Amino acid sequence: MELILSAGIGALTASGVYLLLRPRTYQVIIGLSLLSYAVNLFIFGMGRLRVNAPPVLNPAGAGELASYTDPVPQALVLTAIVISFAMTALFLVVLLASRGFTGTDHVDGREQRHD
Amino acid sequence: MTDWLQHLLILTILLPLAVGAALIPVDERNRMLKGVFGFGSTLIVFVVAMILMRIAANAGNQPGTGIYQLGNWPAPFGIVLVLDRLSALMLCLTAGLALAAQVYSMARWHTAGHHFHSLFQLLIAGLNGAFLTGDLFNLFVFFEMMLAASYGLLLHGSGPMRVKAGLHYIAINLAASSLFLIGVSLIYGVTGTLNMADLATKLATLTPDNRQLVEAGAAILGIAFLVKAGMWPLSFWLPPAYAAATPPVAAVFAILTKVGVYIIVRLHFLVFGAAAGASAGFGQDWLVAGGMLTIAFGAIGVLASQAMGRLAGYSVLVSSGTLLAAIGLGHAGMLAGALFYLVSSTLTISAFFLLIELVDRGRDAGADVLAVTMEAYGDFDEDEEEEEVGVAIPGTMAVLGLCFCLCAVLLSGLPPLSGFVAKFAILRGLFDMPGTDLATAMSAADWTYVVLLILSGLAAMIAMNRIGIRTFWASIEGTVPRVFVIEITPVVVLLAACIFLSLQAGPAMRYMQATADDLLNPLFQSERILSAPRAGGQ
Repeated sequence: MELILSAGIGALTASGVYLLLRPRTYQVIIGLSLLSYAVNLFIFGMGRLRVNAPPVLNPAGAGELASYTDPVPQALVLTAIVISFAMTALFLVVLLASRGFTGTDHVDGREQRHD
Repeated sequence: MTDWLQHLLILTILLPLAVGAALIPVDERNRMLKGVFGFGSTLIVFVVAMILMRIAANAGNQPGTGIYQLGNWPAPFGIVLVLDRLSALMLCLTAGLALAAQVYSMARWHTAGHHFHSLFQLLIAGLNGAFLTGDLFNLFVFFEMMLAASYGLLLHGSGPMRVKAGLHYIAINLAASSLFLIGVSLIYGVTGTLNMADLATKLATLTPDNRQLVEAGAAILGIAFLVKAGMWPLSFWLPPAYAAATPPVAAVFAILTKVGVYIIVRLHFLVFGAAAGASAGFGQDWLVAGGMLTIAFGAIGVLASQAMGRLAGYSVLVSSGTLLAAIGLGHAGMLAGALFYLVSSTLTISAFFLLIELVDRGRDAGADVLAVTMEAYGDFDEDEEEEEVGVAIPGTMAVLGLCFCLCAVLLSGLPPLSGFVAKFAILRGLFDMPGTDLATAMSAADWTYVVLLILSGLAAMIAMNRIGIRTFWASIEGTVPRVFVIEITPVVVLLAACIFLSLQAGPAMRYMQATADDLLNPLFQSERILSAPRAGGQ
């Protein structure tokens, strides 16, 4: 499971950074989204991976730390998801405004000679 | 500190948040009402910040003072707000700048778009939260709150230039926020804590391989703040964005870069201070090199700028670079001077941003373009009473010219104003090494810093002279701009604050010295935070 998760984070980050460096605003916004997914998975992974373990309450093994997963990263991920979602929405609005003003979806607001 | 005084700490966050939210449903036609409520809220925050500063100055070192435990949970587990001399100082500075910018905006700029005052209040709430919070994840939350409001404010007034600058600004800050989260979660994954004070005590006990992971996390975290502070290779977005923003927004943005610097100061001295064992002073060399390159880049930019907006943007970079390099060099005596410089340069640049638009108004067709933009994108029904507020004062050019001169003297650090006092205090701290031979005690980096600090002042002087002569002496077809009293007053007040700072340099430097001593004693600080008693005497 660790291998799949780390490979997933790596692939998402690599694609995200690549798209972030592209000249079209749509590519940039998709890149940012992929990057934030990668970050969310990364935070999740930092709480250590456990299968079938509840974060807060487990009546069977109450009082035993070994039967819980770390709840803090899950709370962090929740906040991070909400914030990055809102920011993506805001960025989308700015992107549309930019498209409306300049008539192009190039990040600099004007076409380069060759892209 | 009595019980109700304790709650003043959270008031500086909750009040702007509540007022900002309450103003959203209010109809845009009641703009003056919104302005008055926003101003009132900031005024209360300013007064509270002054009280907090007094508390921090008098009783800041007693255990338990200025620690606000949310939900009454003790420190490493619950969320804490921490008040010390540094955060109290930053609160005061924020509220002061915000007051000036708000008064200025009420002359005309708040009519350029919707929800100006709400966004402004949310920005203040985010800034105050970022200065007060004691743990890394809430720092992220407040940081995002501040950034979200700043996106809205940067785009305030709309127009192709602002949207283009805003697009770059938002994309860069979103990427930086991702790095922030990676850094925070890496640090949490290794140490199991997000509380900065707790982190400081845990760092010394780590095994070498875990220490490397924490340092990697801190480096990634640092990049996020250095983007905000505008360190050289990460700063290309800053001058266009600041030049494109509306004047009151640009004026308050002057403190946004200082948030980056503030957090670097915090982490550098609290987490990677003397208590950190082998990690002590982590990343110092990078700060020094980056800071100095930023000064050089900023000074070249200042010399190359044609428009005053860009000149001010590059001055922000020079100011950040000076601070970052001073933190990185890490001489105990320099820190107080650097903090003094932080206050002085922020006030100056803020006043300069406000002044630019007033001066530019009389210079060329720029004012007409702005008026057209306002009509195209602003609100259609102008309020009548706004017309009555302004009186065209005689001798406008004289007042503007005088303010411009003061800005030039402050920016370049000439005597007798606070810009000079600040730079002198930094250099004195650098040279002040009792008992050792100066020639051997000072490294090459120290000397380079001295040279850069003085040359950056020269660059600012040359650039300001050139633009000043072109504007005030040799303007051929320049008309006298119409300036409202409530537009020039904030500029005068900000500059007067700088003059006051120069006159009261003694007490101010003593406060800064006490702040610096607190920062250089991180173990005591974390002890103070972690051992704070819970309310109810437990």
